[in-house]
Amino acid sequence: MKIYLSQDAVARALGADEVAAELARHDVELIRVGSRGMTWLEPLAEVEIDGVRHAFGPVTVSDVPALLAGTLDGHGPTEEIPFFANQTRLTFQRCGVIDPLDLDAYRAHGGLTGLERALDMDGLGVVEEAKASGLRGRGGAGFPTGIKWETVAKAEADQKYIVCNADEGDSGTFADRMIMEGDPFSLIEGMAIAGVGVGATKGYVYLRSEYPDAIRVMKAAVEVARANGLLGASLLGKGPAFDMEIRVGAGAYVCGEETSLLNSLEGKRGVVRAKPPLPALEGFLGKPTVVNNVISLATIPVIFEKGAAHYANFGLGRSKGTIPLQIAGNVKYGGLYEIAFGLPLGEIVNDIAGGTRSGQPVKAVQVGGPLGAYFAPHQFDTPFGYEEFDGAGGLIGHAGLTVFDDTADMLGMARFAMEFCAVESCGKCTPCRIGAVRGVETIDRIAAGDMAAKELLTDLCETMTDGSLCALGGFTPYPVMSAMTLFPEDFAGAREAAE
Amino acid sequence: MQANSPASAPDLGAIQEVIEAYTHLEGPLLPILHAMMEAFDHVPEDAVQPIADALNIGRAEVHGVISFYHDFRTLPAGRHIVKICRAEACQALGANGLADAVLTRLGTSWHGTTPNGAVTIEPVYCLGLCANGPAAMIGDKVVGALDEAKLERVISEAGA
Repeated sequence: MKIYLSQDAVARALGADEVAAELARHDVELIRVGSRGMTWLEPLAEVEIDGVRHAFGPVTVSDVPALLAGTLDGHGPTEEIPFFANQTRLTFQRCGVIDPLDLDAYRAHGGLTGLERALDMDGLGVVEEAKASGLRGRGGAGFPTGIKWETVAKAEADQKYIVCNADEGDSGTFADRMIMEGDPFSLIEGMAIAGVGVGATKGYVYLRSEYPDAIRVMKAAVEVARANGLLGASLLGKGPAFDMEIRVGAGAYVCGEETSLLNSLEGKRGVVRAKPPLPALEGFLGKPTVVNNVISLATIPVIFEKGAAHYANFGLGRSKGTIPLQIAGNVKYGGLYEIAFGLPLGEIVNDIAGGTRSGQPVKAVQVGGPLGAYFAPHQFDTPFGYEEFDGAGGLIGHAGLTVFDDTADMLGMARFAMEFCAVESCGKCTPCRIGAVRGVETIDRIAAGDMAAKELLTDLCETMTDGSLCALGGFTPYPVMSAMTLFPEDFAGAREAAE
Repeated sequence: MQANSPASAPDLGAIQEVIEAYTHLEGPLLPILHAMMEAFDHVPEDAVQPIADALNIGRAEVHGVISFYHDFRTLPAGRHIVKICRAEACQALGANGLADAVLTRLGTSWHGTTPNGAVTIEPVYCLGLCANGPAAMIGDKVVGALDEAKLERVISEAGA
């Protein structure tokens, strides 16, 4: 009997290891895989029946006898579950399917085809292919990946670097974690292709310390890649040199900002650098550096495997390809949902996520992490795309959606946004360092009934937006102002009754 | 994460050994500080000068880096560190009330240690379990779908 069991952090956090220990006491072939992304079913066990994987979950230790006897109620073939079947899985094609550290399985499922193809091209060809795919930075800024690569490729230097930003600190996002735990070779292959494209021989993954499982899997995957000649003195034994290291962050949210990240990687305080110079020209240790998000880099292999045109065929307007939506917070069906850009927000929240877990009406959805705007149900026709969300006064960020039911206190959420900014500010620029503290105080005045403080808060937010060096201070006004604008009743100063 | 006994200050030889394992890296300071945390559960004051000497930077720079990051502490914490997520997605599932209740019962506050020295409670902003909150981390093990009873059980298993 062949059973696949998720070893993703979500599954482990919900008892998958205990289930695995129980299964190990029986005569089963147990394969630990990444997550299929349907996290409300975790720990998800899949039993192979006539070559088709059938889903059972959430599975507990006490379910094991029934699971083995074939009497446990399941969900049918995993890939026919509507949440899964309706996706377009490109970046996440192997996640949850294979043993994350099995390089042969990776190859058998299309892995390394992209790198092989890239090695047949010259650097310029690789950069052109990335440009033609229309891929934009999935970390949130949405800058075209190929154009960033072109800048680094054209820079003259004795050493260049590929740095992967795996400091996925935004609440409501976990796509980076999931792909690193479930298909780490896709990130390694993507970084190697980037190295071929720009002429870099060294890569770093800056991975946050809050992700111990991802750190363990990525470190192990680099070892496997090295031992099998994927990485090292010559990529796959026929390409240029490329090797990489996994570096662990130290709990500073601001290090997800690329220049802070570079300082941190160099062993400094994670303080934001002024731009210019662009990291593409003067990045890690002053050398030309590609800094890309995990999902951007992990999407590169499938672009090279299937061709830029195939990837660019998906999407909406200038938002090409697919986006791994991360559906989080108070939802019935949460998890990772990869789909072409363009779905209306309401369809994601109401149809795919099935509304709230609590069963209460949806009050607000924060899109794009702690620096993203709140959306109210009357904005649910906004299509999921970079320009479309920008036009609606928000941003898609790293594509996390955090759903709140009608018990949410939006003044409290606005206050939290300012408080978070104050805790995590690197301190370099005044609007962020001081502004966030003043923001908390001003929101407390509104809560106490001082309505004149609303104008003050608006003014403060404008200053932070215009005057901050990076997105931490510059975007904190998104959640604050959207909360105040969309939910004025929560800012009416009658907080005593609510508490 | 194993709870070491931090009662006596680590000796300089042990500190030097940790430093030397990483000086060949590009940008070795964070790896060194993480290794200090791993070995001693904190970054000992006695390590600052040797680190500064090894990397040819000033004591102030080393101190500046240690104090910048939430992960590095200069004094030993409780035997176990429990990090409770305070970020938005967990708040949407009641993390605030959960944390308040637990802190009240333990008689401590954020960053505080229980009187028996067993558990230090730290806030954390996102563990990436955002569809399965509220979430927390004990040592390097993450737990999800917490309610008061489950979190209390996890903390009492840690000895509080």
